[in-house]
Amino acid sequence: MKTAHIISDSCNPETDQLTKYLAFWTLGWVVSMAIASFGPTYLWESATWINLTAIVVNFALGVGMIMSNIRLFKAQDELMQQIQLKAMGIALGLGVVGGLSYSLLDITNVIEQDAEIAFLVMGVSITYLVSLVTDNIRYR
Amino acid sequence: MKNRLKVLRAERDWTQADLAKALKVSRQTVNAIETGKYDPSLPLAFKISDLFGKQIEEIFENEQNGS
Repeated sequence: MKTAHIISDSCNPETDQLTKYLAFWTLGWVVSMAIASFGPTYLWESATWINLTAIVVNFALGVGMIMSNIRLFKAQDELMQQIQLKAMGIALGLGVVGGLSYSLLDITNVIEQDAEIAFLVMGVSITYLVSLVTDNIRYR
Repeated sequence: MKNRLKVLRAERDWTQADLAKALKVSRQTVNAIETGKYDPSLPLAFKISDLFGKQIEEIFENEQNGS
């Protein structure tokens, strides 16, 4: 799988396979998130049991994605684990510090709009990706 | 830390990918060790020394004490 090689340049078929599993779980989680978010408006008319089912399915797929990520992490070699840990550490740190600053901007009314969690998720994701790609290029 | 990994690999006419496969690591890891950007863990250093049939000190050299 080409995409696996962009990130890990793996010589280990096991990690390539686990990367595919992670991609499938992630895709499932994203699709179920979209269904749980937009379903009440476009697919069903806010029936509580359907909303709850969609949320439970989304949560279950999210847990599967996390487990799949842990399996991939454990299968990676020591340098790849170090790169991943650094990226996660930076993303977590920036998420906490940046997220709280963003919240303060909202609480103190420095910004007009409400603080949205989506921006925090985007910030964490972009930080993680940039750190991951930067270190992969450095060691390439 | 300096090392002779590139020389030892070249003596056996192995590519970085060949060595990576033998050590069960990524090619990036082999490259990073060869270029001195990354120092391997002790288990990986032992694996390398076993593979080349040499003592760890014959492959890796601590630049601080020059031994």
